Amino acid sequence: MPAKRIYLPDPLVAVTDEVIMAQVDSGSRVVDMGCGNGRLLERLQSDHQCDVLGVELDLNEFAAALGRGLPIIRADLDDGLRDVPSGAFDVAVLSQTLQQIRRPLAVLDEMLRVARRALVVVPNFGHWRVRLQVVLGGRAPVTDSLPYEWFESPNVHFLTMIDFRDLASRGNFKIIKELPIIGDRAVDRAWLANLRAHSALYVLERAG
Amino acid sequence: MTFNSVPTPVMNSPARGLPARQSATLFTGGEPLTLASGRTFGPITAAYQTYGELTPARDNAIFVCHALTGDAHVAGRHDPDDRKPGWWDGFVGPGRPIDTDRYFVICANVFGGCQGTTGPADANPQTGKPWGPDFPFLTVADIVQVHQALVEHLGIERLLAAIGGSLGGMQVLEWAVRFPDRLASAIVLAAGAKLNAQGIAFNAVGRRAIYADPAFNSGHYYGSSGEPPRFGLALARMIAHITYLSEQSIELKFGRKLQHSAGLTYDLLKETEFQIESYLHHQGKRFVERFDANSYLLLTRAMDYFDLVESHGPLPDVFKKTDARFLVVSYTTDWLFPTSQSREIVRAMLDAGRHVSFAELESPHGHDAFLIESQLPMLGRLVTPFLETTYRANVAGKTPEKP
Repeated sequence: MPAKRIYLPDPLVAVTDEVIMAQVDSGSRVVDMGCGNGRLLERLQSDHQCDVLGVELDLNEFAAALGRGLPIIRADLDDGLRDVPSGAFDVAVLSQTLQQIRRPLAVLDEMLRVARRALVVVPNFGHWRVRLQVVLGGRAPVTDSLPYEWFESPNVHFLTMIDFRDLASRGNFKIIKELPIIGDRAVDRAWLANLRAHSALYVLERAG
Repeated sequence: MTFNSVPTPVMNSPARGLPARQSATLFTGGEPLTLASGRTFGPITAAYQTYGELTPARDNAIFVCHALTGDAHVAGRHDPDDRKPGWWDGFVGPGRPIDTDRYFVICANVFGGCQGTTGPADANPQTGKPWGPDFPFLTVADIVQVHQALVEHLGIERLLAAIGGSLGGMQVLEWAVRFPDRLASAIVLAAGAKLNAQGIAFNAVGRRAIYADPAFNSGHYYGSSGEPPRFGLALARMIAHITYLSEQSIELKFGRKLQHSAGLTYDLLKETEFQIESYLHHQGKRFVERFDANSYLLLTRAMDYFDLVESHGPLPDVFKKTDARFLVVSYTTDWLFPTSQSREIVRAMLDAGRHVSFAELESPHGHDAFLIESQLPMLGRLVTPFLETTYRANVAGKTPEKP
């Protein structure tokens, strides 16, 4: 059985990077939590002159990020960012990773400890294709934004845009911005966003 | 410090082939080294070896700082018939993680050591007799000053990297702090900003073993009338060696396996029943053949005294003065320099806004992991790209027009 049962038109990774790039001011200090091979950070560094730091657990990805000349800390996000001083960054990025973290609220808290602002991109399990797979296909969903079979998925949580808003209301932070990502574009407002967006970007700040 | 002309090290040490033993006399004439203790000392002979070729721009030099009992012979064999190659042969050489086809590698025996660089077993020029216990008390900072003088002697203004584990890692840290403009990068393995009390405790037991050996004779054991304190030094090595291993690595290698007999002998006077006992005795015995007890006392004390905060101030302030990119590596089963100690320096470096990368690597081999052949490829996966990108950034930084 091939992993992907549904193909979305755009390479999700590139889309997500673009959406995040657009939300980060030039010259910001940025920490990317779960930075993978450092692709996004390298662009932030070269195109936006950002001062960057990566956090990644996987040693192969870590080595690849080192190969881009990036400063990077090997850490499990579930353990918190013990080594990173409070307020050291303007922006903390968590891209397509929240659903893989055991305690999402704790990680969002950590992000807003080390940075003024958190950029979070999450897959939307409320997308109509996902819903169709579950309701009509009777199967656990596998899509471009959720490319794993249920038994090998690193995703431990399944959330929709409505769920994320609910999560945010439980923590000490507020949603400054919500951008549904539909196709290859992040849009300010969308009709039936929770049905049409495969992912969404949130900008969070401390509530008080 | 004196800045002499370049002694063309490249001629003496081809990239491939046999490394040559070399030495330089530093702090000569009226320019002795001022030690941390305030005492002055000189001249100092530094025994070193080099590998690979220095580029015309002199921008590819990497200095390897050896640990407590290492020497300048980091890689290769002096003679094809040598039983063993240098102590980091799996890591330094042609095509190795520190590739001597690309980099010019320098390794020098530490000041106060006993493998060619001036130390307590050498003759005091005033008396013609070995210094012994009268050799000046020295610190990691003093060792680094001698390294730096050697680098200048070789005509290298700025090292691409200094790398070292354990006491070697302490030297790298001290170097980055003391000579910020001399290092483009610093690679610190299995080390910390200080030796913790547990480390001092183990060193204390080792020194006690040497002091208590009747042959030690207050450090005056050289010459035909004396005998080196073999028993004490071997015991010191045995104790220290345990701290380099881990519960897991000892279990893997030896377990409760017996050395000779098929079963327990119930004989109190039988000293080596278990394989681990035999191994430690062997380590002790081999060590006394190559190491001087006074050097051991001196260097363990230098390690005890190492504390960046004590000598330079609060860590974030200390690292604000540095200019090097850092790569910090610790190992999961290292209990002599546990990961928490690496994290302490990484946190301070981040606080100071430094360019730092840090990884804790999984290994069953304890503190010694950075020296164990099977563990080197994993370390190489980090060190190789780190050196490459540092080199590129360094070259780009020197060229005014960037592509």
